[in-house]
Amino acid sequence: MSKTVWSMCGMCSVRCPIKVEVEDDKVKWIEGNPHILGGALCAKGSAGNALYNDPERPQTPLIRRGGRGAGRWDPVSWETAIDYVGEKLENIINKYGARSIVLSCRGGPFVDLFKAFIHALGSPNFTNHDSACGRNVHHASLSVYGLGRKGFVYDIKNAKHLVLFGRNILSSLRVAEVNQVMDMLDAGGSLTYVDVRQTLTGIKATRFFQVRPGTDYALLLGMIHQVIKSGAYDKEFVEKYCVGFDKLAEFVEQYTPEWAAKECGVKAKKILDFVDEIGEQRPKVIFHPGWMLSRYKDSFYASRALHILNVLMGNVETEGGQIFAKGPGDCGKKGLRSLDANIPKPEEKRADGVGWRYKHFDKGPGLFHLFYDAMITEDPYPVKALICYRHDPFTCFPDIQAQKEALDNCDLLVSIDAHYSEFGWYSDVILPESIYLERDSMIATQKGPKPRFIVRRQAVPPKYNTKPCWEIFKLLADRLGVGQYFPYNTIEELWEWQLEPTGYKIEDFDEKGFVPLADKPVMYDRDNLEGKFKTPSGKIELVSSKLEEVGLPSFKPYESPLHPPKGQFRLIFGRAPVHAHSHTINNPLLNELMPENTLWINWRAAQKLGISQGDLVDVMADSVKATVKAHVTDFIHPEAVYTVHGFGRQVPLQSRAYHAGMADQKLQEGLLLSMDPAGGGLCLCEKFVTVRKSPRNPKRRVEL
Amino acid sequence: MMNKYTIYLNSKRCIGCHGCEVHCKANKGLPVGPILCEITHEPLKPVRGVPKTEYRFRSCYHCEDPFCVRVCPTGAMQKREDGIVFVDYETCIGCMACAGACPWHIPQFNPDTGKAVKCDYCMDRLDQGLKPACVTKCTTHALKFVRLEEI
Repeated sequence: MSKTVWSMCGMCSVRCPIKVEVEDDKVKWIEGNPHILGGALCAKGSAGNALYNDPERPQTPLIRRGGRGAGRWDPVSWETAIDYVGEKLENIINKYGARSIVLSCRGGPFVDLFKAFIHALGSPNFTNHDSACGRNVHHASLSVYGLGRKGFVYDIKNAKHLVLFGRNILSSLRVAEVNQVMDMLDAGGSLTYVDVRQTLTGIKATRFFQVRPGTDYALLLGMIHQVIKSGAYDKEFVEKYCVGFDKLAEFVEQYTPEWAAKECGVKAKKILDFVDEIGEQRPKVIFHPGWMLSRYKDSFYASRALHILNVLMGNVETEGGQIFAKGPGDCGKKGLRSLDANIPKPEEKRADGVGWRYKHFDKGPGLFHLFYDAMITEDPYPVKALICYRHDPFTCFPDIQAQKEALDNCDLLVSIDAHYSEFGWYSDVILPESIYLERDSMIATQKGPKPRFIVRRQAVPPKYNTKPCWEIFKLLADRLGVGQYFPYNTIEELWEWQLEPTGYKIEDFDEKGFVPLADKPVMYDRDNLEGKFKTPSGKIELVSSKLEEVGLPSFKPYESPLHPPKGQFRLIFGRAPVHAHSHTINNPLLNELMPENTLWINWRAAQKLGISQGDLVDVMADSVKATVKAHVTDFIHPEAVYTVHGFGRQVPLQSRAYHAGMADQKLQEGLLLSMDPAGGGLCLCEKFVTVRKSPRNPKRRVEL
Repeated sequence: MMNKYTIYLNSKRCIGCHGCEVHCKANKGLPVGPILCEITHEPLKPVRGVPKTEYRFRSCYHCEDPFCVRVCPTGAMQKREDGIVFVDYETCIGCMACAGACPWHIPQFNPDTGKAVKCDYCMDRLDQGLKPACVTKCTTHALKFVRLEEI
């Protein structure tokens, strides 16, 4: 029996639409949805079947025996596991109240289910990984437009110039987006790339600024200065929609391109040429505001500057610019029914302080790392249970030792994941989720100029004793007496319930794998955008009333980053195109392409330390040490060393990934609470590490 | 027999993501070990201030008079009418003489089957009117399957 299943990839968090060919319950072929991607898929996408066949993933519910992290597990039935978690949660609720339960996930289009679950229990503490990822960008966007990071989509394909600050867009690899970038370049567009090292993205650039680590904000201030001074901005747009332009102009007065050039270690003329070029090309110039920008002390303000440059380009709601993400309502259609919307919002204040202690942050998922603080201090109240869905805080957040100390105060740690995560290995219960090829998901909305409803469909039966998350949370909810908020027994019933107001049926997804809500792009009238900006003033706020209200500056004076002491380097991390953080390191086919990471080090710096290409080097933080091979190169700043994130895993059952390479987050000691007070993001690149040639002698070995 | 086909890489559009290598392996159900096509690049060199490189794609040259076919003791390595050099798995005994004879060691050993395996332009797909896996799923549509025509 063969069939075609329209679904959604799950190898990384991009969730590209896919078409799966199945024969006798075996996956024969996976390709990108031809209607959207023309068949294109990345290496990770094609390695899906290798994940399906890999026995090195949790195969049945596991309950910990022995100490946390000891790695001794009792395989149990789903009934036993659900009952175990249910009873523990009940005890915690009875003793400390439902508020002491925290649920974390990785964001994305399906959060309705997870929010609904934690809110149904009566806890306000829904969170995700984002304070180690995009929170700075999100909050910067909110401060400027009153709209979050996902409030706009970027029409890169039709742009004339794409500007990327450390956004390694071709390695992070969203298939549709990458094709937009290549289409733009094919059409003669410009690409300006700013980074401390050269990347896959940078080699496609038409202009490359290699800056000193931590000086992005300086370059941006110099650019804003020159854009304003040379009149390269859209005066009409700024006048019509912005507040605070004069204050901005006044603020950047001191930050000349010459100053910026000196601070960043680039040529001033290059900045002037750049501004001349974008002045000609605007409004079709896009400054990508970043995605993962939890890096430096001023990353929030750097992201804000990027948003501001977009505004100065006047690229809002134009072809080749940023376009408001439209939803069903913009197409005259009704939206999906939400589980969470039917549940009374818990009135309790959040344990991470977001919304009351920190009033300028988005309450949505709050800030994960601050729950650790609450676990230790019990302020504002004790936190006793952490449930992580598809989220591995030990890979995501810095300083594992500090995290474990906080988690010692919890009575229950649960990992719901298709992979063994390092957090899962340390937790009390692992509830194994079916991998994306084995599970259906809820229907979700994908906003954009042409919004769609999207859904993941099960292609093959689960290979092991795993379940999809919609069922796991339903079972837990039933066990805890809040099953009424999850009005379904099968996924078909859930789909029907979600779709009911829209008039669509699940069969409508059969033709292309999605339901388009508009035939052509829905665009607002650019001359009449009143009411579209959700700031307190209704304008684009260059001076942010929300920031000023809590005593934070709208424009932060530049502070030069420290130079690392002799023998030390700033530790930078990033992505490779064949891996999705830690999720794929153990995948047989992807591990084959990149089994370990290396330490990039500038050749001059390496020479001083006597390090040659391929030598083993020790990378040392305060108490943690990692040993990897050196990649000696011209193309990284001498103050920085770089590695690919996700390696150095310590789950023994992942035999390919076990102890292969180094883990940047484990070296980031002391950074767990190093939050940017304005943006909420962590400052993960604010760690200096010592590097030395490893004394380990690879040549000398006793053989007999 | 003249080759009728070739795979062309538009290096300008290639991003070096190595997708093609996995598309190929997934399609042929290959285990860790054999990699039938590969993306390589020269060391980076600054061009007008930007460190640049060119990508190259290599699978099999499908030689006009392939050494691998000549040397194969069982006749498993064959060349089709349309020039595709392929392994007949029924007759292959996995002696790997083909790999030794090939100047580029292109045929590889498949540890799962104990036989040789190499790029055959996904001829089963071609015969169904489809394109090779690497081309069909190339992340940026940088790979093209080209039918050569005599001028």
